[in-house]
Amino acid sequence: MSNIQNAFASGKAFIPFITSGDPDLETTAALVRAMADAGADLIELGIPFSDPTAEGPVIQAANLRALSGGVTTDKIFDLVRELRRDVTVPMVFMTYANVVYSYGPERFTKTCAEIGMDGLILPDVPFEEKEEFAAPCRAAGIDLVSLVAPTSANRIADIASQAEGFLYVVSSLGVTGVRSEIKTDVKEIAALAKAAAPVPCAIGFGISTPEQAQTMAQCADGVIVGSAIVKIIAQYGRDAVPYVADYVRSMKDAIR
Amino acid sequence: MTNPNGRFGIHGGQYIPETLMNAVIELEQAYNHYKNDPEFNRELNTLFTEYAGRPSRLYYAEKLTKKLGGAKIYLKREDLNHTGAHKINNVLGQALLAKKMGKTRLIAETGAGQHGVATATAAALMDMECVVFMGEEDTKRQALNVYKMRLLGAEVVPVTTGTATLKDAVSQAMREWTSRIADTHYCLGSVMGPHPFPTIVRDFQAVISREIKEQMLEKEGRLPDVVMACVGGGSNAIGTFYHFIDEPSVRLIGCEAAGRGIDTFETAATIATGKLGIFHGMKSYFCQDEYGQIAPVYSISAGLDYPGVGPEHAWLHDIGRAEYVPVTDEEAVCAFENLSRTEGIIPAIESAHAVAYAEKLAPTLDKDKIIVITLSGRGDKDCAAIARYRGEDIHE
Repeated sequence: MSNIQNAFASGKAFIPFITSGDPDLETTAALVRAMADAGADLIELGIPFSDPTAEGPVIQAANLRALSGGVTTDKIFDLVRELRRDVTVPMVFMTYANVVYSYGPERFTKTCAEIGMDGLILPDVPFEEKEEFAAPCRAAGIDLVSLVAPTSANRIADIASQAEGFLYVVSSLGVTGVRSEIKTDVKEIAALAKAAAPVPCAIGFGISTPEQAQTMAQCADGVIVGSAIVKIIAQYGRDAVPYVADYVRSMKDAIR
Repeated sequence: MTNPNGRFGIHGGQYIPETLMNAVIELEQAYNHYKNDPEFNRELNTLFTEYAGRPSRLYYAEKLTKKLGGAKIYLKREDLNHTGAHKINNVLGQALLAKKMGKTRLIAETGAGQHGVATATAAALMDMECVVFMGEEDTKRQALNVYKMRLLGAEVVPVTTGTATLKDAVSQAMREWTSRIADTHYCLGSVMGPHPFPTIVRDFQAVISREIKEQMLEKEGRLPDVVMACVGGGSNAIGTFYHFIDEPSVRLIGCEAAGRGIDTFETAATIATGKLGIFHGMKSYFCQDEYGQIAPVYSISAGLDYPGVGPEHAWLHDIGRAEYVPVTDEEAVCAFENLSRTEGIIPAIESAHAVAYAEKLAPTLDKDKIIVITLSGRGDKDCAAIARYRGEDIHE
């Protein structure tokens, strides 16, 4: 059993996302520790990419802030190495295919395992293309997380049945970002996903309020929140840590 | 769910969010159905001839030939098509396909604005809604085309993210498609992006080489020795190459935008300076840094200012079937001026990259050799920018 499963061992999981290096790596380290203390069950660390095509404006801006601060894949690996001295919460990287491909999928996944990362999410690698990345992940012993979307329809069963770590259920059409209302029939998709997946299912995209988190948690094993947290970081910069911790606490309380 | 046809060697594929997968699968199925449908092909052919003005002329550039003193030069006049560029070939095909699929809205990216104008044109003709994403930088460089798109009824959305050029327009169009799929077709403008786009766009542009072959056999009774075109994403080039790929006697040359030179950071010559990567739905060559961050490329030509190249070109390069050469801003501007003065033809600055390399190549070849240069578009849109390049501030 992978370490990711531990995130779902005590009730519904709260999964926050932050972009590594936004606004700098010291703040990222402080945020990870604070979020873990505030009840985060699994943390998604974004490795910034110059052209994040699955992201809305909030996370796009975070990617740019991080890159213009000089963050690189190697510096983020060093950050995780340092964090793993005391942080035990499961962690996965979320980045784009080219970041992994240019580093070399074998070298990238091997390093992930070595520094204590538990998985990898690549939003621009669908089921048909995943083997190129899944094989080195398997060899290194980390999970490649699959995604299902509101448009997946007949594909849900195939994708879910091969899911590793957890299955990422995309709640809405479009890119990442806060939404006032989640309109798609996410319950139905989550039910189909849960029926076929050998691993827990977590819902993400568009979730920002405790009420939304509570509703989503009813039909899944966990909820993922990115843009709402990144927005707080954009607002407070290096001083964001207590604000993010409070937010994570309130979200975790809502789904408990 | 395997995808054996989406690859050109190791290049191509479908590296896109899961949200879009059923959309590209549906597109592939529809295309496979309609490409062999006689009614679809009859309609498309009528649009090509009656609306776009095909076949485009294959013009013997006698004065340019004499001036260069070497190989005989023909110009494939895609600049004479309706809307002034080869882009209309692909757009009419995709818009008709989208219409058959029941889509009512077209979205597109554009660099120089030619593809945006062509898409807005087809949308007007076919009563479809149209939204065009264009880098803010390009909306300034190509203000006239922005006006044309709006005149044609399209909404033009300036993209301010990243370098605010073509790559950012593609990213934004992809994001938009992810959010609205049911009624919307993404009319991609080049032989790039996820499968099936590189194949669909190539097939619609292949009319260029089909005509060159026929026209050349008629005029010269033989095949050309060289066919060449400029390469950004590479749609006019693949259209120019396609029916000659299996004719080993024909050299295929793609001319990339070197910007201020391939030894500078201000370049867009992907095959000369890029490395293998995955971006915008495809595996191919991309200008990028050591960590895979896409490079902010540069060319005087908004249409070639793209950090990648279509997967079929990447493959033709790998197997050595096509040659790719870098051409600088300065060389292209000189060719732009030279062709204008010599033949009375103002080429698009994109196409001028191919003319520039032909000017180097022709004198090295015997007089019995034949070069065909595809003039992918006309240069009206570029006059103000070239004037500025030469230090003259004119108002459009």
